[in-house]
Amino acid sequence: MSDSTSANALSVDHVAVHFGGLVAIADMTFSVDRGEVVSLIGPNGAGKTTAFNVVTGFLQPTKGTVTYQGRQVNGLKPHQIADLGLVRTFQKTSVFDTNTVFDNILIGLHRRGQRSAWEVLLSLPRVRREEEELRAKAWDILEFVGLDRQANSLGGALAYGEQRLLEVAVALAAEPSLLLLDEPVSGMNPSETSSFMDLLAKMRERHITMLLVEHDMRMVMGVSDRIVVLNDGHIIAEGSPESIQNNPEVIKAYLGEGAEHVGN
Amino acid sequence: MNRALGLGFLAFLVSIPFWIGDQYLLHILINAGIFVIGAMSLNLLLGYTGQLSLGHVAFFGIGAYTSALLSLGFDVTTFWGGELVVGPQPVWLSFLAGIVLAGLAGWFIGRISFKVRGAYFVIITISFAEVTKLVALNWVDLTEGPMALISIPPFSVSIPGIWEATFYGKTPNYYIMLAIGVVSYIVIKRLVNSRLGRAMVALRENEPLAMSVGIDVTRYLVLAAVVSAAIAGAAGGLYTHYVRIVDPDVFLFIYTVTMVIMVITGGKGTLAGPIVGGIIFGVLPEILREFMGPEAQWVTYGAVMIAIVMFLPEGIVPALTRFWERRKESRDASDRMITGRAASSATETPSE
Repeated sequence: MSDSTSANALSVDHVAVHFGGLVAIADMTFSVDRGEVVSLIGPNGAGKTTAFNVVTGFLQPTKGTVTYQGRQVNGLKPHQIADLGLVRTFQKTSVFDTNTVFDNILIGLHRRGQRSAWEVLLSLPRVRREEEELRAKAWDILEFVGLDRQANSLGGALAYGEQRLLEVAVALAAEPSLLLLDEPVSGMNPSETSSFMDLLAKMRERHITMLLVEHDMRMVMGVSDRIVVLNDGHIIAEGSPESIQNNPEVIKAYLGEGAEHVGN
Repeated sequence: MNRALGLGFLAFLVSIPFWIGDQYLLHILINAGIFVIGAMSLNLLLGYTGQLSLGHVAFFGIGAYTSALLSLGFDVTTFWGGELVVGPQPVWLSFLAGIVLAGLAGWFIGRISFKVRGAYFVIITISFAEVTKLVALNWVDLTEGPMALISIPPFSVSIPGIWEATFYGKTPNYYIMLAIGVVSYIVIKRLVNSRLGRAMVALRENEPLAMSVGIDVTRYLVLAAVVSAAIAGAAGGLYTHYVRIVDPDVFLFIYTVTMVIMVITGGKGTLAGPIVGGIIFGVLPEILREFMGPEAQWVTYGAVMIAIVMFLPEGIVPALTRFWERRKESRDASDRMITGRAASSATETPSE
């Protein structure tokens, strides 16, 4: 038992979330291992984004615990959780609109800087050195996601697909060990989606563990090691993409009771 | 380019007392300068963290009263019955104490409002300013209330046994104002151009996203509030030792509003904005006084303000910056066309 917990990067243990009388998540237990790409899928309103909010500290669970690398996470503030390496993106596109793409990344790099207010006010040489290092890192990240040519555009002025890339770039700048992506390709056209999948593959090579909420099944089946299916606040299935595709419970959740007859 | 412009402007400011004959004009400039420093400090909160402090004058007043009381000395009956007697302190020490106390007040406001934003932050700051005003008005033992603190010593320097000077005149006070203004500007500039300033902007632009990348937004809001309040306190101390009288009217709401107007019209979230807005609205009333009656003055003042906000909603400085950039771009483009034509004609020549 203790072995399995140490292998798990993230474990969500019997988490429930109630909003007054409304049960958003009834009882949810799943885990993500280091280096894995896990997708959380389910119909609209199943509780996927709520699960994200609980894991990243934007919501407190009513019951249950969330642990990351052996540390209890629920009860910490979002920025403290980000400091542990758990970094998320948002379902609704979320960048710093009035800052340039480059400055967006610099803000994302916040965690990597250490200089105190006093050092900044005295303008010590190490402040300048750190600033140069951060700028170099920002360029690396922009090149990695392929936004280097837009470095001077405003975040809010980018095309939709590019904004979604920028979001991921900002999250990457925060140096995640587990990256939580909330519907990263929603609203993208097929070519944008496939270039995003290439980016995911590159991130995988860097051993970034990922938890993904996504509706695009082609992408989910293509990138996931494991899939967790959530319906009505309960986990109804968990397993490899192949097993999920053929799971009658999942088909029922997505297509309704009569679906199996349609197939026959 | 920007740096050259800034240094040129500073040189101009330094030169003013040499060629301006009228001491009254110098007085107006000192007053405007004190407001500009207040506006710069407000801009750090309003322009960078996006939080509107409508009680900013409280920090100004705390700096003013602290500095005045310490330099005069005071005795006061403490709550536990004893008597606290403080003799007159050197002006520079009182001035620093005013800055520190104002900064502490900023820390307090930042801490208690760590969870409130927008309208709620505005309410907290207004209430705080009202409370400080009531204290100044009613704690007569300490502050003399509406009778005001008078005969406050001016700034002075002394190198014991060698040289001593007390600055009663306009010119030295003008330079003191300028020095404090420059130091405040540098402090704010270094802060906002650093990682810490970016964290403040992140809080203004998108707080959830800022938190999600690990920025402790409360910490940077508190930092901005402390620095902002300390600089406002410095402006208050400067005012105290220049005017040499301080009464509860320093807490008037209209002063906060004036600072807000300066920041908004000049361009919030830009370093030069509060300076430009501050000079315009600091000097405008005096210029108008030359030309029109009192009623028309304020109508004109209001009309200028509305015109700026309507036509340059982001403020004067951002509008000018954009204008210059566009001009430069079109010039660059035409340069390219000319050099392109020259190059093509150069290649054509040998073939002819």
